[in-house]
Amino acid sequence: MTATHLDLHMPPRLLAPAGTPADLATHEQRYGPLSYGDPAALLTTIAASGLTGRGGAAFPVHRKLTAVVEAARRTGRTPVVVANGAEGEPASRKDRTLLALSPHLVLDGLQVAARAVGAGEAHLAVEEGVSSVASAVAHRGDPVPVQVLRLPKRFLSGQASALAQFVGGAAALPAYQDPPVRERGVRRAPTLVQNVETLAHLALIARYGPDWFRSAGTPGQPGSALCTVHVPGRQPRVIEAPFGTPLHRVVPPHGMSAVLLGGYHGSWIPAAEAAQLSLEATTMGAGVLAALPADRCGLAETARVLRYLALQSAGQCGPCLNGLPRIAAAFQSLATPGPQGSTRTDVSRWSGLVEGRGACHHPDGTVRLVRSALTTFASELDAHARGLCTATDRTPLLPVPQET
Amino acid sequence: MDQRVDIDWTSCQGHGLCAELLPEHITLDEWGYPLIDGAPVPARTLKRARRAAADCPVLALKLTAG
Repeated sequence: MTATHLDLHMPPRLLAPAGTPADLATHEQRYGPLSYGDPAALLTTIAASGLTGRGGAAFPVHRKLTAVVEAARRTGRTPVVVANGAEGEPASRKDRTLLALSPHLVLDGLQVAARAVGAGEAHLAVEEGVSSVASAVAHRGDPVPVQVLRLPKRFLSGQASALAQFVGGAAALPAYQDPPVRERGVRRAPTLVQNVETLAHLALIARYGPDWFRSAGTPGQPGSALCTVHVPGRQPRVIEAPFGTPLHRVVPPHGMSAVLLGGYHGSWIPAAEAAQLSLEATTMGAGVLAALPADRCGLAETARVLRYLALQSAGQCGPCLNGLPRIAAAFQSLATPGPQGSTRTDVSRWSGLVEGRGACHHPDGTVRLVRSALTTFASELDAHARGLCTATDRTPLLPVPQET
Repeated sequence: MDQRVDIDWTSCQGHGLCAELLPEHITLDEWGYPLIDGAPVPARTLKRARRAAADCPVLALKLTAG
């Protein structure tokens, strides 16, 4: 894996240059001392920055912080903050790259967040196998002590309610949340869960202010974001690009039939249409962009991913447990050239039945991928119905972990 | 404030009692899990809705404000 920076009008903000991990001394030399200010001033600064979450939902950070602060006031409970580095998405590498190259930026941001909400404890959740962060934590004298947690490598481990369960000592499984985690999470305390990249941006906003942050991106979507870019024949790359960057500069459209935007809970977009789009917080999910070459079958790729997603269901919620395996199996038959019978109708009906009917958004994200595939690869579906696949290369493309 | 029916999906096991007790708001899907119409529960139905929530064998049926 290489962490590179495309020539995209801005020097990288988050990733240490030259792909060399930054130790504490290097980090302090590069960014200067971290200053917080008081919590009220911090919240004002964060609101002015317009920072949104980089875990996929693009929720305004200021609103989440304010909800935690208000819940703490109402309940008298001291908040908990959790840095979410559990990057369950197999196609995403940006969080582990950030943690490997710039761990202190994330840890700075965690302290800033803890200060802003008045937290008494802080946790950094990473996937099993991520080793370097513990020593980074040990080198610091943070005012709010940080516990490093290692989560099982599953698609749903990083889901906010699963994370809150895990920090509280239970299994990392999504839970029914009413009220939401930000009001009642870890051991019933208001809990701020923020993606590690979000926290890294926060560390820079605390240092350099909202105007500096807004000097990249667009007025509506300020700042930059880390993306994992998959282009055939090359190793996946993690890049940092400002919002508003034309997609064709990140994923060259030549020889491509479609682009997967936003990862396995995202959408397939025809290449010609993708070339007209720009990088948007609301569509890029957690920043995965994958190009599908014209000689590959988008239906076969989607079927492989859907099988993985169905297996990653926690199996707790009836509609997801029943619907996802059926959708995945039906899609596999659509990906195989031959008569389709009522399969397309079945997939559409089951998609409607799983959507919005679970404790987490796993069914919703899966359905988004299904529907976009049915639309984007509609002509390929028709070809398959006639017993023909237009792809000449059936080698699997998108990364899907081996079943264990 | 309006009361609506909500399901704790991690608890629901598809017993289907709710669809019998509150048929105007709840039907069952092809796997036996509740489909909710999403409409506010009118005042005249509230008592029966509360009863349905209390009678759910796994207490997965919730009445929520808003």
